[in-house]
Formats: sequence, structure tokens, C-alpha cells
Amino acid sequence: MEKMLFKRIDVPNAADITVAEKHGAYSQVGKAFGIKPEDLVNEVKRSGLRGRGGAGFPAGLKWELCARVPGDVKYLLCNADEGEPGTFKDRFILEQDPHLLIEGMIIAGHAIGAQQGYIYLRAEYPKAAGILEKAIEQAYAKGFLGKNILGKGVKFDLSVHGGAGAYICGEETALIESLEGKRGQPRSRPPFPASSGAWRKPTVINNVETLANIPFIVALGAETYAKIGEESAPGPKLFAVSGAVNNPGGFELPMGTTLREIIYTHAGGIKDGKQLKAVIPGGASTPMLTADHLDVKADFNSLMAAGSMLGSGAVIVMDDTACMVNVTAVLIRFFEHESCGKCTPCREGTGWLYKVYRRILSGEGKPDDVDLLLSICESIRGKCFCPLGEGAIQPVLSSIAHFRSDYEQCVNGRGCGREEQCRKVLH
Amino acid sequence: MSAQHAGRAGQTAERPERKSVFSNDLVERIEKATLRYPDRKAALIPALNMIQRELGYLNRDAVRFVAKQLSIPESEVYGTASFYSLLGWQPTGRHVIHVCHNLSCSLLGAESLIEHLEKKLGVGEGEVTPDGRFSYARIECIGRCDGAPAILIDDDYHGNLTPESIEQVLEQYT
Ligand SMILES: Cc1cc2nc3c(=O)[nH]c(=O)nc-3n(C[C@H](O)[C@H](O)[C@H](O)COP(=O)(O)O)c2cc1C
Ligand code: FES
Repeated sequence: MEKMLFKRIDVPNAADITVAEKHGAYSQVGKAFGIKPEDLVNEVKRSGLRGRGGAGFPAGLKWELCARVPGDVKYLLCNADEGEPGTFKDRFILEQDPHLLIEGMIIAGHAIGAQQGYIYLRAEYPKAAGILEKAIEQAYAKGFLGKNILGKGVKFDLSVHGGAGAYICGEETALIESLEGKRGQPRSRPPFPASSGAWRKPTVINNVETLANIPFIVALGAETYAKIGEESAPGPKLFAVSGAVNNPGGFELPMGTTLREIIYTHAGGIKDGKQLKAVIPGGASTPMLTADHLDVKADFNSLMAAGSMLGSGAVIVMDDTACMVNVTAVLIRFFEHESCGKCTPCREGTGWLYKVYRRILSGEGKPDDVDLLLSICESIRGKCFCPLGEGAIQPVLSSIAHFRSDYEQCVNGRGCGREEQCRKVLH
Repeated sequence: MSAQHAGRAGQTAERPERKSVFSNDLVERIEKATLRYPDRKAALIPALNMIQRELGYLNRDAVRFVAKQLSIPESEVYGTASFYSLLGWQPTGRHVIHVCHNLSCSLLGAESLIEHLEKKLGVGEGEVTPDGRFSYARIECIGRCDGAPAILIDDDYHGNLTPESIEQVLEQYT
């Protein structure tokens, strides 16, 4: 497949607008402005594009919900929080091709009737912050942003809003709270942001990668675009592969590429000639799979059918030396730290999960602890205010389902001989 | 997530200084940031980030200053500021080392890296080396998992680190 989202990634200095324009940046803005906003929304609907931030919500439908709400003031937010552990796909666009994102946002703003956009950028991406600020400045200077874009009477202002370290701010309503200057705790939905979002105005929130697809949908037309990848979720997909592989990195592949091809062909296979033990296909909050699942296609429906999720496309690989209790403890330590504290099941539940993992990793686990973990998960499942808690229990449930023997080795009273190493992850 | 800060901030509370330690340039930059939003309060996190960049950390004076600049109550400033992991209330070294300890880095040796770093610096998490050069803290995934184990020193990333190579990296910072 010819690269789309990553087409300028290897072009030196593509973050500079002159270079980017030479390689096609902003070429679709004029065309998009010639299309009526409602037709543009329909085009995105017909393209079949589904959100790349994790939930896979149809982008065109989200836009339509917002576009239909009457009102002059609407906002377009780009979710560049990229906080899901293992995820670094958006970073390539943010650091190496910011103009692709800006072009996508200008077009999206026109489609939904938003004249103001914000890129909510995680604090852990300071390099991207500088690059984006400069790219936005250049886009203003060239008349792609501002009061009268390309002399066509379209207005769109854009700025970067930096976060300050909080995974929960990737959740769309927490992101809005944080943008407004508050603690990043989720809002109840409904009302959905499409009708009442930032400053209670109709708001669309899309992931970086979702917005980066927009110029290509305009360029190719919905029909041609929809032929790429999987019929149920067309388009290219960015995968970020890390862990025990020879060639970790970001790869643009058609949606529906198998895990085997992603891991063995693109990421170079397992390091040091070892065997794959487990793979997390879509970031920390998606259920782990095993070597038996390597032929599953990485797309929303296929991974769902296999008991996991596409999530953010962050593929984390564990080799046969990994202890899945240790791996899961690291993730639970993360979720416990990042639970925002708003709802009891998530705040207390992740705390209890981590306590039990501490006990197990300290060599003081009891045989009942595995069932105890499962019962804590039941107290979280379906009871949380936002999806963070639900995500937190996925590694626990899946690691116990697939690797219960790892747990049993830890709690049998004899230990596994690696306690020393294990204790180091306790913090 | 940062409830432990409450006590610390209380302890660091000092009498307000008469002469502001905050520069005019900072006042201007915060004012400029407010123009980007329909509501001044939205400039709060950007303002706190700016102050932290200048002072290295936040304190009671910073909270008062920002509250005044944005015309919001101090309690709201503190409420927001205390939520975020990367806003700190303790003095930091000239260079701040953030070591990722999330999964991809952990799989590739983050724990031994941390152990080595603590030994090398002679300080624990959150402490400043006696020469004031470094302070260090663990951090969750910094999106550099392709270079695991990865760290952030100030605004620079360093990846594929070993206990040996991290020493060379540290030498770049004076
Ligand atoms: C705890 C949590 C963290 C999230 N983090 C991110 C993130 O870092 N980036 C992102 O794009 N979406 C994230 N999401 C999903 C967003 O809530 C939202 O669905 C997404 O930004 C919508 O964009 P899309 O439709 O283009 O995918 C997160 C969701 C949850 C519950
Ligand atoms: S896990 Fe360390 S950078 Fe992602």
C-alpha cells in the first residue's frame, strides 16, 4: 500500500510549511471549501472512517450530530493526549508532519461549522509542542488559518493547549474540563460534546490520526477511500509496536493487517530468537491475546471477536520470559495512579487491585488471591463513571484467563525464583 | 491522583512576598494566552506550566499570582493545579530527569535503569542532588516506547538506554 498518513514522514524537514506544501500539504483545502459543509459531512460518512482514538465511533456521524445543532459558536478539538501506554502513533504526525493535522482540522472546521480549534497536547510531548506552535504560525502567515482563509471567507483559528500530566485527560469530557482550566474529571454523558461540549457549545473531538485522514478522503473521494483496508472500517491504520520485538516503531498498514504480519514482517519478529508469549493489541486497556491469536486481523470487528480491541493500535509484545503477573502489576500500578478519583468503583477498585498485586509480587500472595482479583474486577465492571475503570480490569481478566498458571506459580507458597526482580516494579 | 500534594503545599506556604518574583514578561505571556479562549480561566494550566518552567515548581505565591492574573479564586487555581502529575510543589534540580517505568520500558529494563540511576545520583525519587544539578522522578509512558527504555531530561528524549549509556547522557547536562 502506498503511504498516505506517513507519506511525508520520510521527507526531511516536512514540518516546514514550504517543504510540506511542495509535497502536497494544504492542497485539499481549496477543494474542501468548494464543497458545501453538509456534503462534506456526508462524504466523510460515506468514507466509513471510524475514529482512531480508541472507541471507533464513525467520524461522519459525530460531525453530523454537531453540525446539526443550531448555533454560531462551535469548537473542534483535536485529541493529542496520546496517553494510553504503548501508544506513540500520533507522535509521528505531531512531530514530523504537523501540517497534515492542521489541514485536516481546517477542513473539519469548515464541515461542522467551527471557527475555533484547539489541539490538546500532552505535556510529555514538549518537542511536538514547539513544532506545532511553529507550524501553526506558518499556516497563519500563509493564509491557511485566520479570518479569511484563501480569500474564501472561511474563518478558522487554531491553537495548542498543553496538558500537565494526566492520562484521564484523553477521555473526551475530561479533556474538555481540562481545556476549561479545571481538574480533568469526566462529565456525565449525555449531554454529549456534540451538543454541549467546550464551554457548553457544540463540540467535535477527534483523535490526531482521525483528522489526518480527512485530506485524503477529500482528495480521493469517499468511494475510492472506502476501498482501502477493511470494508467494516476502511482506511489506513497506524500501529505503534513496542516491547520484545527486533524493530519497534510506527507503521502505516491497511486496517485489517494480521497481528502476525504486524509483529513478524514489520516489527522484525521477537527479539533474541525468543517466542511470543502474549500481545496487547491496542494499548494498556485492551485485553491481552496469545500466540494462538496471531492470525487475527487488526481491525475493530476482528479483534472484538477475538476477545480484545483495536484500541489505539498500540501493539505491545511480550516474549516467553515475561511473567504475566509482573506485566499486569505494572499496568495496574499505572491505572491506580491515573484513576481520577471521581467515582468510587474505579478509585477504590484500582487501589485494591494494586494492593493485591503488591502482596503477590512481594511473595506473600495467597492461593485465594487470584479469585480475589477476579472479584475486585467484578466490583468495577460496568460500575464506573467513565471507561477508565473498565479498561483497568482488562489486563487483569485477560492475563488470568490466558496465563493463570503464572499466577498460580506466584501464590503457591514456593515462589518462582524471580521475586527479587519482581519486587522492583512495586512503587 | 495528587492528594499527597495537599500537605506539602500547606507546608511550603510562606508569607506573601511584597515584591513579585514574577516577571513582566510572564504577565504578558499569560495575558496573551487568555486571548486564545472565550474564558480567562482556560489559560490556567498554560499559566501554571509557564511558571513551573520559570521557577521549576509551584508554590503559594504562584497560586496567588495566577489567581490574580486570571481573576479566579485561589482555591480554583489550587484545585486544578493539585490534580496534575507534572505540576510539582518541590524544588527541582537544574535538570529534571523523568524515567519512564510503564510496560514497554519495564519489559526492556527500566527497573534496572532506575536502580542504577538512583545509585549514580545518590538520591531518591523527588530529591535534588547535593550539587543542585539533577532531580529525578518516575513517569508513566512518554510515548517513546520504540526507544524503550526511555527517559525525558528537561525537554529532550533519550532512548534505548543501558546503565552505561545513561551515564554518558547525564554528562551532557551541567
Ligand atoms: C481513559 C481514556 C483515555 C483516552 N485517551 C485518549 C487519547 O489519549 N487519545 C485519543 O485520541 N483518545 C483517547 N480516548 C478516547 C476519547 O475519549 C475519544 O473517544 C476520542 O478522542 C474520540 O476521537 P475519535 O472519534 O477520532 O477516535 C481516551 C478514552 C478514555 C476513556
Ligand atoms: S512505556 Fe516507556 S515510553 Fe512508553
